Amino acid sequence: MNEETPETMARGEMPTGENVPHERCPRQPLATERLDAETVGEAVYDAIRQCAVTLRPDFQKAVEAARDEAAPESREAGVLDRILENARIGVADNVPICQDTGSVWVCLEVGEALAVPGDIFSRVNDAVARAYTDGRLRMSLVRNALFDRANTGDNTPAFCELKLVPGAGAVLHVLLKGGGSDNASRVVMLPPGAGAAGVRSVVLDCVREKAANACPPLVIGLGVGATFDKVAGLAKHALLREVGSPAASAEAAAFEEELLAEVNALGIGPAALGGAPTALAVHLETAPCHIAALPVAVNMGCCAMRSASIKFI
Amino acid sequence: MAKTVSLTLPLTRADLADLEAGDEVLLSGPVYTMRDAGHERALQCLEDTGRLPFDLEGATLFYAGPTPAAAGRPLGSVGPTTASRMDFATPALFEAGIVAAIGKGKRSPEVVRSCQETGSVYLCTVGGIAALLAKSITESELVGWEDLGTEALRKLTLKDFPAYVAVDTKGGDLYRKIETAAQ
Repeated sequence: MNEETPETMARGEMPTGENVPHERCPRQPLATERLDAETVGEAVYDAIRQCAVTLRPDFQKAVEAARDEAAPESREAGVLDRILENARIGVADNVPICQDTGSVWVCLEVGEALAVPGDIFSRVNDAVARAYTDGRLRMSLVRNALFDRANTGDNTPAFCELKLVPGAGAVLHVLLKGGGSDNASRVVMLPPGAGAAGVRSVVLDCVREKAANACPPLVIGLGVGATFDKVAGLAKHALLREVGSPAASAEAAAFEEELLAEVNALGIGPAALGGAPTALAVHLETAPCHIAALPVAVNMGCCAMRSASIKFI
Repeated sequence: MAKTVSLTLPLTRADLADLEAGDEVLLSGPVYTMRDAGHERALQCLEDTGRLPFDLEGATLFYAGPTPAAAGRPLGSVGPTTASRMDFATPALFEAGIVAAIGKGKRSPEVVRSCQETGSVYLCTVGGIAALLAKSITESELVGWEDLGTEALRKLTLKDFPAYVAVDTKGGDLYRKIETAAQ
């Protein structure tokens, strides 16, 4: 039933220093130091088809570990078992692991040694339309948020971002993001004096109020710094990091651990039916910011975490 | 003490009166999918005609937008969407004859009160396991609002579909209980 070849999309086999599980580009490895729209489009197509039916392997491992720790016969053990059984059915039957097959979020990180033409994303929407039709996925986008909420019919457009980064090569991230968990997210502009305690309150309030809507157990993406618009991007990027991998610095790792313990002490639990865990990880990304600012963003990652990070070259 | 109950739909008020927040239920029989856009239309219909659309009196709603048929099943995958988005319409729909709704997440105090006043219940099920839940759907039939795509009104036939009583007819609220227990 699997039309795509899983071996070409083997996941998580080459973790690099960037803490994301990378995949090789399933189609043509680049012979030149130039990336084209066709290559990106095909990689997006393959990633969508694969992601829609596959729980991200690092996330699945964390669920398995939580299941091992849950009290036998408890409600939370039952929910975690169902999450694992659901992942098995998704792959075996090639059906989406969540009916909300998401909006498509694409981020291309390009090293300075690589040339990228201006039309690099020009094949992405075509790839999205084909992948959602061929994969029998759900069309979940409307034409205009305010003035025309008719369904676009092919799940386009994708939301694309180009990032220029140090180093060679390029990495393409594709995230299928469900509406429920994105709705349970927020941006707050704190005064600098609020400090770490203020950040902590934003996270805990958000979890207390919204976790039940976001399909826990969660991965909580936390961005702190930059500007009003960029801080949400930090939180979203934090979701890409391999669950269980170390944070960028020792102080970030310590803060993440502290927050995770406090989130799990809330007792919301898998499917918000009580117990633990409410979250499997808190992933923090920080950045510089204005002297007057302490921007904070929380982006919830649900228990049907679906993303792929594909390394070109 | 929470219990596990097998229920046949359509549900009667007597079925509902026995349920308590925290009970696990296995549902068999017809439910109707309705999401954001459908709720707006249902409210409009109530306003225009004084009745629910498509003779939905006595029905159970499922807040869900499924994926198309796949793997030999009538739907590829289907699961609950966030129920609080329907809070604006739920009391009116309960008063007009809807007896139960299935979704995920907390409800407003107005919806909890409406469950008590009308003898209706809110059931929750696990989000993010839609491939598994689709195995509890034996039939899917388009009833109306086809232009809404995945948000169209569909009649689904359930077979031992797992859910929990989140708000019962006496005002018991599973999510509030869990919050209180953790404090």
